[in-house]
Amino acid sequence: MIPTKEEWIKALNERHGTMFQKKISSATVTVCGLGGLGSNIAISLARAGIGKLVLIDFDKVDITNLHRQQYKVNQIGMSKTEALQDNLKEINPYLEAEIHTVRLDENNAKDILSDADIICEAFDNAECKAMLTNLVLEKMPDKYIVAASGMAGLESSNAIHTRRVSRRFYLCGDEVSDAKDGIGLVSSRVMLCAAHQAHTVLRIIAEEYEV
Amino acid sequence: MIRINGENLDVDGKSVAEYLNSAGYDQMRVAVELNGDIVPKVQYTDTVFKDGDSVEVVSFVGGG
Repeated sequence: MIPTKEEWIKALNERHGTMFQKKISSATVTVCGLGGLGSNIAISLARAGIGKLVLIDFDKVDITNLHRQQYKVNQIGMSKTEALQDNLKEINPYLEAEIHTVRLDENNAKDILSDADIICEAFDNAECKAMLTNLVLEKMPDKYIVAASGMAGLESSNAIHTRRVSRRFYLCGDEVSDAKDGIGLVSSRVMLCAAHQAHTVLRIIAEEYEV
Repeated sequence: MIRINGENLDVDGKSVAEYLNSAGYDQMRVAVELNGDIVPKVQYTDTVFKDGDSVEVVSFVGGG
């Protein structure tokens, strides 16, 4: 049986404390790219009872995604935005989610990102990562960006770190392991990096800004 | 001296664009912070390093 909203909130308050939960429930977080990073970030934040998630991806679920991304076999061919929204609602039926099945670019970003308190850069492509990071830092002076770079391969899990590059710019990853260099992306290491990003989001919400 | 990614380099008077090219960075994959502020890409050519500047170049790699 699905718990009531009151029961749901009570359980979160018991785990996180009322003060912190109130902050989490008031925050809007935008996840740009719903692959191995974005799908895992979204699940962490949905479980934490985030106020609102804005989910952006143009792509569809493919069989080659299932080794690391939070989709299911029966979702192959669905748009990632809709598939992830369904999966998140199964976890947290009271989640407020807004989806945009588009390719985010410099022209549409300002509108789509306008609600966000914190933006997670979770793209696959290095140029797209740089584009979004520059855009947020140049044009959106009230928003935080939590980006990721370097999580491919089988290098040590301990090489994945979080760094505060500047006041509103956090970077997670080992900063060197390129997905193009052979072994590709391994679920566990991508999840580690996604967990760094989700945790950084929650720390910013808690006003714990240092890493 | 200019402090770039924690290293002191003798690049006074060089522009951001000149430094990125000489150091082998791909301009499409970087974000550059100068003394804590982002340098807009359109200003890479006109922004010149001055003695004492602190610079952070983040160069993204693929994967997500």
